[in-house]
Amino acid sequence: MPFDIYDFTSFTQWIDTSLRSSMSPAGAVAVEFLIVGVMILLFYAVIGLFLVYAERKVCAFMQNRLGPNRVGPFGMFQTIADLVKLLLVELVPIRNADKFLFNLAPFIVITASFMAISAIPFAKGLHAIDLNIGVLYVIAVSAMGVIGVLLAGWSSNNKYSLIGAMRSGAQIVSYELSVGLSLITIVILAGSMQLSEIVNAQSTGWFIFKGHIPAFIAFVIFLISSTAETNRGPFDLAEAESELTAGYHTEYSGIKFAFFFLAEYMNMFIVASIAATVFLGGWMPFHIGSWNGFNAIMDYLPPFIWYLLKTFFVVFLMMWFKWTFPRLRIDQLLTLEWKYLLPINMMNVLIMAFIVLMGWHF
Amino acid sequence: MEKAQLIELVKSLCSDAEVTEGRQFVEAVVPVKDLHSVAEQLKTDPETAFDFLFCLSGVDYGKELGVVYHVRSTKLGHSIVLKIRFQDRDNPVADSVTDIWLTAEYHEREVYDLLGIKFRNHPDLRRFFLPASAGYPLRKDFVDDENIVVKK
Amino acid sequence: MEEAVKELIDENQEYVINMGPQHPSTHGVLRLVVSLKGEIVKNVEPHIGYIHRGIEKMCESITYPQIIHLTDRMDYLSAHINNEAVCLAVEKALETDIPDRIKIIRTIMSELTRIQSHQLFWATYGMDLGGLTCFFYGLRDREKILDIFEETCGSRMIVSYNCPGGLMYDIHPNFQNRVKEFIKYFRRTLPEYDQLLTGNVIFRERTMNVGRLSLEDAISYGVTGPSGRASGFSCDVRKHEPYSAYDRVKFNEITFNDGDSYHRYLVRMKEMWESMDIIEQLIDNIPEGPYAVKMKPVIKLPEGEYYQRVETARGELGVYIISDGNKNPYRVKFRSPNFVNLSVLNLISKDFKIADLVTIGGSLDLVIPDIDR
Repeated sequence: MPFDIYDFTSFTQWIDTSLRSSMSPAGAVAVEFLIVGVMILLFYAVIGLFLVYAERKVCAFMQNRLGPNRVGPFGMFQTIADLVKLLLVELVPIRNADKFLFNLAPFIVITASFMAISAIPFAKGLHAIDLNIGVLYVIAVSAMGVIGVLLAGWSSNNKYSLIGAMRSGAQIVSYELSVGLSLITIVILAGSMQLSEIVNAQSTGWFIFKGHIPAFIAFVIFLISSTAETNRGPFDLAEAESELTAGYHTEYSGIKFAFFFLAEYMNMFIVASIAATVFLGGWMPFHIGSWNGFNAIMDYLPPFIWYLLKTFFVVFLMMWFKWTFPRLRIDQLLTLEWKYLLPINMMNVLIMAFIVLMGWHF
Repeated sequence: MEKAQLIELVKSLCSDAEVTEGRQFVEAVVPVKDLHSVAEQLKTDPETAFDFLFCLSGVDYGKELGVVYHVRSTKLGHSIVLKIRFQDRDNPVADSVTDIWLTAEYHEREVYDLLGIKFRNHPDLRRFFLPASAGYPLRKDFVDDENIVVKK
Repeated sequence: MEEAVKELIDENQEYVINMGPQHPSTHGVLRLVVSLKGEIVKNVEPHIGYIHRGIEKMCESITYPQIIHLTDRMDYLSAHINNEAVCLAVEKALETDIPDRIKIIRTIMSELTRIQSHQLFWATYGMDLGGLTCFFYGLRDREKILDIFEETCGSRMIVSYNCPGGLMYDIHPNFQNRVKEFIKYFRRTLPEYDQLLTGNVIFRERTMNVGRLSLEDAISYGVTGPSGRASGFSCDVRKHEPYSAYDRVKFNEITFNDGDSYHRYLVRMKEMWESMDIIEQLIDNIPEGPYAVKMKPVIKLPEGEYYQRVETARGELGVYIISDGNKNPYRVKFRSPNFVNLSVLNLISKDFKIADLVTIGGSLDLVIPDIDR
């Protein structure tokens, strides 16, 4: 990398050493935890608000409308106003609900997405934790959200919620397989599960280009199955409003509903981030072979911006799906996964393994 | 089938029927007990083939209650109106024609709900629009002090 | 917990849920009590009457011109056609000669009403299936028709434009131009509907072979309109018993033999093209003349019974008037197409998924005020 100022490693190192020099190691770690926690929380909230706004604008664009345009310039403060409303709105107590589980559910959902976001490398040296099993970790924690959804559906004591939760359970458990296998295809190519390693391996070219056709197939499958995993249209069966009113979060109001709402958008952001990191080169700039001039210009954009651009490109794709396709039915959804995506995916993994074995990739 | 032929046919099916040629349709007033058999024969006879019951209305004629069946044949294109009349206003019972024309199920429930005419052998005769405490509002002697203001 | 389980599951071990009266996909205050086994619908029992206003009873105490305003409130999407039914019945009873101008304007308005009703069907059907974008495309084009109505009738949906003997007022001088503009515009935008929904793989998978209604059942249950024609039941009153100016226009009666949700949808899509053809044949041929025949100030129908059928956007509407010679009818019965079409819902949605129930209910295109009356 020609521009080391974009490398956050030295910056974080400096914070670490200066903290350790002024206090005990345990204290330094505690302060670092605090800083990272606050940063992630802030980032989470800002991105969440922005995504809600972006979705409303994109959806309005698809639907011949203007979208929010009254509160602030271009309606940018609309989501903030909505958030304030959600915070102030009454929490309706549900009779015969299992109170403990009912209150616990939104926290499980939002914690799962918090944990997932902490593993994602935003730029060189800018990530909360760089686990050596990063891919596995992300798959594992993002699947934890389904527990919250199931609890929410069960504990609300509402028939629609229960159907929605059961659908969601079946859906996420099925599509988790495809998400995992499509990521494994790339793990085989990269030879590592560490997300920073995967990004570094793409400095000579993004995996979607390097991995021939199998990588592209894996990318498409990942896009489909991660859309399903985040319960977004056309796979939004769990909250299908024309069938189940609002599915598992029918009975939630106020801040508890806001948690589900925010978690849904953040899950979309997380899977988009993983897609960008694993398939589209993470924070690596776009380079074309030996076009040195072009590559140098591309390097001027900071890696963080590259990362966001790619992520929002994937996010836009997912919004595009949602606002053009009608919803699938539950049996079609499961047929798609078990009869089409999963066999294709397994073949794809074998082909990729063969390609890597023979050294045919770039 | 021509109207005159139809009149003859209905008369032969049921000798007690009063059959007249109305302005639009052939109208046959059939005794209550014969309605089901007449309707069944009109439907099954390939020459008449009345397979489409397009309207079933209950009417309060003042002294007596009645049910009017508008039937058409989708193959032959002719129509007929069957009517039954009940002298007994308190407990009018007719045979259901649901087994002949399935659409009668809802129509008969509606007539039962609004006029209180009962149908024997109806699969599910319950009130449709109104709660059980309401009377039978389409009867002319229905009184509702709250909602109906009678101009003097 | 025992109590809660008992409430959830009925004696047949079926999971009972209430769809409605406040439910996004019942399009009004229809309540369906649905028994489920897992996701599979075992029984659907409609409970209606939430907006029963007793229109038939009210008609007995008002005059004929006043009845017209009540008929708007039945099937509010076919408001103009409902008006026309009553007017035709009254005119037929009085043996009034209606000039061509009135007949042609009525036909054009009826067809515009049919188009806007089918547009709303398309919009809400897309929404029922989860494609929210359809709603905005459908309503975008529907606005244009409602604007035409507003200009000529003074009202957008509940038009009340007919009166016995003709029309309430003459058409707006701009009417012909705007209708022609609309036809030109809609011929361009209607293919967008097909691009967005008809050709979509998910849409086809969701609707094909779902809720199949056989021809025998369609006739026996009396399912008319686009829903009946999708099963091959040739029941277009405009063809079989032409009223107004339908005897002088050329158009096709759209029928299919499959009778599933997809073909019920397709009938409506094709009917919009036919309706545009009808309007184009008539719009340049509106003769000059009065917009209403002079009727007696108090309309009294001669003693007798009168039955008038018309084709609304949802099927055959019958108006059955019994007159005793007074200015008020003795008895009025409306044979509403939606009431009859609803009766088939339980039959065709059995053993399908709960998501299909929404698809089937949407494809029957029910308007609840017309069911309850």
